[in-house]
Amino acid sequence: MAAALSSVLSARGVGKRFPGVVALSEVDFELAPGEVHALVGENGAGKSTLIKVLTGVYSPDGGDLTYQGEPVSFGTPMEAQQSGIATVYQEVNLVPLQSVASNLFLGREPRNSFGLVDFRAMRDQARDLLTSYGVEVDVTRPLRTLGMGVQQMVAVARAAATSARVVILDEPTSSLEPREVDTLFGIVERLKADGVAVLYVSHRLDELYRICDRVTVLRDGRVVHSGPMADLPRLRLVALMLGRDLEEVRREGATKFDGERTAADTGPVLAATGLTSKHRLDGVDVTVRPGEIVGLGGLLGAGRSETAMAIAGALPLDSGTVVVAGKRLRTGSVAAAMRAGVVMLPEDRKADGILPDLSVRENIVLAALPRLSAAGVVSRKRQDAIVDTFMKRLRIKASSPDQRVGDLSGGNQQKVLLARLLCTRPLVLLLDEPTRGIDVGAKAEVQGLVDELAAEGLGVVLISSEFDEVIEGSDSIVVLREGRVVTELHGADVNENTLLSALAEEPADDH
Amino acid sequence: MTATERPTEEHAADSVAANRTTRRERFASQVQRRGSIVVLALVVVIASFSFDSFATVGNAQNIAIQSSFLAIVALGMTFVIISGGIDLSVGSVYALGGVLAAYGIQWGSLVGLLLPLVVCGAIGLLNGWLVAYGRLAPFIVTLATLLGARGLLLAITDEGSTTRLMPRDDWLTKLGQGTFLGLGIPVWITVVLFAIGMVVLQRTRFGHATFAIGGSREAATLMGLPVARNTMLLYLGSGLCAGLAGALAAAYSASGVTIVGEGLELDAIAAVVIGGTLLTGGAGTVAGTLAGVLLLRVIQNVINQIGTLSSHYQSVVSGAFLAVVVAVQAYLSRASR
Amino acid sequence: MTTDIKAPQARRRTDTRIWLRDNGVYVAIAVLVVYNLAFTENFATLANLNTQLVQVAPVLIVALGMALVIGTEGVDLSVGSVMAIAAATLPLYLGYGLFPALALALVAGALCGMANGTLVAVVGIQPIVATLALLVGGRGLALVFADGQLKDIRNPEMLELGAGKALGIPYIVLIAALLSVLVWLLVRYTTFGRQLVAIGGNRSASALAGLPVRRVLMLTYVISGVLAAIAGVLATARLTASDPSAIGNLFELSAITAVVVGGTPLSGGRVRILGTVAGAVLMQLIAATLIKHDLPDSTAQIVQAAIIVVAVYLQRSRSAGVA
Repeated sequence: MAAALSSVLSARGVGKRFPGVVALSEVDFELAPGEVHALVGENGAGKSTLIKVLTGVYSPDGGDLTYQGEPVSFGTPMEAQQSGIATVYQEVNLVPLQSVASNLFLGREPRNSFGLVDFRAMRDQARDLLTSYGVEVDVTRPLRTLGMGVQQMVAVARAAATSARVVILDEPTSSLEPREVDTLFGIVERLKADGVAVLYVSHRLDELYRICDRVTVLRDGRVVHSGPMADLPRLRLVALMLGRDLEEVRREGATKFDGERTAADTGPVLAATGLTSKHRLDGVDVTVRPGEIVGLGGLLGAGRSETAMAIAGALPLDSGTVVVAGKRLRTGSVAAAMRAGVVMLPEDRKADGILPDLSVRENIVLAALPRLSAAGVVSRKRQDAIVDTFMKRLRIKASSPDQRVGDLSGGNQQKVLLARLLCTRPLVLLLDEPTRGIDVGAKAEVQGLVDELAAEGLGVVLISSEFDEVIEGSDSIVVLREGRVVTELHGADVNENTLLSALAEEPADDH
Repeated sequence: MTATERPTEEHAADSVAANRTTRRERFASQVQRRGSIVVLALVVVIASFSFDSFATVGNAQNIAIQSSFLAIVALGMTFVIISGGIDLSVGSVYALGGVLAAYGIQWGSLVGLLLPLVVCGAIGLLNGWLVAYGRLAPFIVTLATLLGARGLLLAITDEGSTTRLMPRDDWLTKLGQGTFLGLGIPVWITVVLFAIGMVVLQRTRFGHATFAIGGSREAATLMGLPVARNTMLLYLGSGLCAGLAGALAAAYSASGVTIVGEGLELDAIAAVVIGGTLLTGGAGTVAGTLAGVLLLRVIQNVINQIGTLSSHYQSVVSGAFLAVVVAVQAYLSRASR
Repeated sequence: MTTDIKAPQARRRTDTRIWLRDNGVYVAIAVLVVYNLAFTENFATLANLNTQLVQVAPVLIVALGMALVIGTEGVDLSVGSVMAIAAATLPLYLGYGLFPALALALVAGALCGMANGTLVAVVGIQPIVATLALLVGGRGLALVFADGQLKDIRNPEMLELGAGKALGIPYIVLIAALLSVLVWLLVRYTTFGRQLVAIGGNRSASALAGLPVRRVLMLTYVISGVLAAIAGVLATARLTASDPSAIGNLFELSAITAVVVGGTPLSGGRVRILGTVAGAVLMQLIAATLIKHDLPDSTAQIVQAAIIVVAVYLQRSRSAGVA
C-alpha cells in the first residue's frame, strides 16, 4: 500500500485497557515524514496513553505498530529512542545540575583518541547545534540556571540531534514566554524541513493552527476525527474534543443537576480578586454567593485547577486577595483557608486526596481531628458519630468504617473525600473534577449531593471537563483561557452554544 | 494516568529565579567547589604559625600517611554519593580487607593482596546488585552488609581473638611500610588512584553517566544510559577501594587488626560532603574529597598539637561541619532554583 | 476489592507475601520458642527470661521512636549517638540527685531530636542526611562531655534502677513495657498519632487537608530523641557505668531492623508498635538461640544481616507490587 510508505509511524486498531478503564480502543493513527501532527483531546481522552504506547512505555493490548515500514513492538522507552523516536515531555527530562553541553551529549559524548571525553569538541558541537536553532546560550552553564524555555529547547535539540525520525512534543509551550514560543516554532519548522515527523500535543488552539498540518482528535480513547488542520474550524474542533455535536445539541438534561436554584440575594461568601501567579494565573476574579454554584469553564491548562488551588491556599500567589464571608484570608495557607471555611476537593484523587492504607473513618475525620479531640486525644465517640452521619448522608458503601479506603470504588472514595471536607463545616466548596473516573450511578449521586449542599447555602465552585456537568450544574460560569478570565456567563447565557463559542474564540489581543 | 498533565509548582519559581541568579549562582558554585580547599589552606596557615611542630617535614609525612587510607575509602564513596547512593558498609569492609590480607599472606603475598580485593569486591557487588536490581534503599542494604562483613571478619579471626601478623620482609608488608621520595608508598598509591578517579569521573562516559544518575535517575533512564549496570559498578568500586585501603593499612601496621574501621564510613562520608559533593547526588569532585580528607586529618593533627583538647573533638568537628555543609547546600540549591 | 482485576494466581502470591510480611515475625517467634523449649537447656527459666528481656529493653525503646520516624517516611540514624550523649550527661549531674540528672539527660535527648527535626522539617533536608550529622558528631560530643572516660555509677538509686525488680520483673523491663503501651496509645488514639500516620502515607494529601506537617515532623524527631535518651540512661544503669564510647553502637541498625522486621514499611504511612516489639524480641531470641547453641557472634551477625535484607525485600514488594 502506498500509504504505508508515506507514513513513518503508524498505529492500526491499537487498544489498551487498564483495570476498570478502556484507555484506548481501536485507534488508527498515521504520522508522515515532514509533517507536524496535532494530537488533541481533553483530560482522559487517551493522549498520554497513545504517546506511551508509541514510545514503548506501555505495550498495547491489541493492534499493530508500524515504524518505517516494519512492524515493531518496543519493549522499553530506550528501544524506541534508539530506533529514532524521541519524546520531549512536559516536565523536562534532563539533568538539571549538569551543563547544557553534557545534557545534549549524555551517553554519546565525543571522545578523543584515548577514549576520553573531548570537552572542547563537545562544547563546540553543542554551541553549533544550538546556534543553528537560533538559541544563543553559554553551553557550560548548569542547565538549572537557565529558564524553562531554554531547557525545553535543549531537550528538543537533544531529541533532534539523536537523528530522530519522530519527535514527540508533549505540551512544549506550557511554561514558555511568547518569544521563546517563536524560537521553539523555528526549531519545529527546521525539523519539518529535515523530514522529521513531529507529533505535537497542546491545548492552545491558536498554536495548533499556527504550526500543525494535520490533526487527530481523541475522545474517550477513540479517534473521533483525523484530517488537515486547516479544514477544521475552531468551533468544530472544540465541539469534537468535548464530544458535542453542534447540529443536534441535546436539550434534555444529561445530569442530575436540578438547574433551578435561587441564590440568596446576600453579599458574596467568596470574593477572590486579581489572583496572579506567574505563568499560571493572571488577575483572575471569582465571586460566589451563598447557595450559588459557579462553574469554571475552559479547556485543559486554562488555569481552572490553579484558580481553585489558589483560593484554597495550596498555590502561592504573587498577588491577589481572597475574602471569605467578609474577612480577608491569608493566602498560601491551606490551614488558614480551612479555618475560614474554604475547602477543596483535589483533582487527583489518588495523589492528593485519599490515604489508601487508612480506613474510611480515618480518611473522613483527617481534617477535623483537632475539633474531635480533647487534650490531644481523639474522642472515639464523637468521631464515630460524625463518620456515621456522613456515611449515611453520602451513602458511602463500605463494609464498615474500618475498611481500607484503597479497596473502595472510585465513587465511594470520592464521597469519602467529600465527607472529609464537609466535617470541617465549610462555607465554600471548591470541587475540582468531582465526578472524574467514577461510575455513572455514583456520578449522579455526587451531582445530586452538590445540588443539595448548594441548596443548604454553601457556595460552590465547580470544575469539570464534562460539558454537561458545568452547564447544567452551574448558575454562572467564569470562562478562563491561559490563566485569564475571558468572559462570564450568567443566567440564560449558561448554555452550550455560548460556552462553546467562548472557548473557541480567537484571542482578542496578543500578549 | 491523566494526573501528569497538571503543571507542577516548580515551573513558576524556576523562571522567576533564572533571570537574576547569575552572580549568586556563581558564588554558590564556587563555595560548593572550593570551600573545602580554602578552609584547608586557612587551617594549615594558622596552624603553621601557632605550633612550631606543625609545619615540619615529619608532621607532613605523618598527616599524608594517615590521610591515605581514609582517602582511598572516600574515593569510592565519592562516586557512590555522586550517583545519589550511600555506602555505609565501608568501615567493616575496610577492617575485613585488613584481616584478609594478614590471613591470606600465609599462602603468599599475591594471595594476601588478592584475597581482600576479591572478597571486598564481592561484597560491593552484592550491595550494588541489591540496590540496582533489587531496588532496595542503599542505606539499609549497606547497613546490613556492614553487619555481615563484620560477622565474616569475626568468623576468620576466631571471634576477634586472633590478630594475625604480617612478616616484616614480605613485599606486601613493604607496600604499606616502605617509602619513596620521603613519602609512604600508600600515599603514592592514593595519589595515583585519585588521578585515575579524576579522569574517570570527569572524562569518561561512565563518569558522566554517574553524574546523570545522581542528578535524575529517571532522566538518565529515559536518555538510554545503562543505569543498573553503572550502579553495580559504583558499589563494586567502593568495595574494592575499602578493601584495598584496609589491606594497605594492615600492611602498614604489619597486622590484621580486627577493631579498626568502626565509624570509618562516617569519616569517609564527612570528607566527601565537606569536599563539596552533594549528599543528594548529582554534583561533586574527587579533588574536593581529597581536600575534605586532608582537612579532617589536619584538624585531628591540630587537636593533638593543642594537647589539652580531647581527641574526641575530632568527630564533633566533623559532625558540625557536616551539618553546616548540608544546610548550606540545601539553602544554596533552594536559592538557585 | 471491587475493582481488582488481577489474575488469581498473582493475587494469591501477593496475599501470601502480605501475610508473611504482617505476621511472619509472630510465626518466627513461635517457632523459635518451641524449638528452644524442646532443645535448649535452661531456656524456660525465669532467670533466662529476665536476662533476655533486660537485654532487649534498650533496643526496644529506641525502636519505638524509630517506628514513629519511619512512619513519617523518615529515618533517624542518630539514635545510637543520642544514647551516648544521654549516658554521658547523666554522671555529670548525678551529684545534684537522681531526678535532676535524669531530667537533664532527657532534655539532652530532646535537644538532639530538635536539631534533627529542624533540619528535616524546617530546612527540608532528607532525613537520612539530616540525622547523619548527629550520628557523626554526637558520639564525639558525648566523649567530650565524659572526657573520654568510662565513669562508674555509684548513685544507689541509679544502681537500683538498673538491677532492681518489682514483682519479680526488672524495672528496665517494666519501663520498656510501659513506654511501648504509651507509644501504642499515642499512635492509636491521639490527634498527633493519626496525623503522623497520615503525613507518612500521603504528604501532599495531608498538607491539602490542612495538617500541621512541620509541627508533627518536629515532634516526631523530638520523641525519637527522648526515647533514645531513656534507652541510654537505662543501658547505663544496667552496666553500672557510663561508657559513651560503646553505648548505643550500631543501635540505629538494631532499631531499624526491629521496626522493619515487625512489618512497618520504610515507605511510611503505617506504624506497627506491637510488630516492633515483636521484631525486637525476635532479633534477641535469634541471638540468644545461636549463643545457647555455641554458635559464635559472627554467625549471629551474618544471620541478622540476611534477615534485614529479606525483611526489606518483603516490604518493597508491597509498595511495588500492590500499589
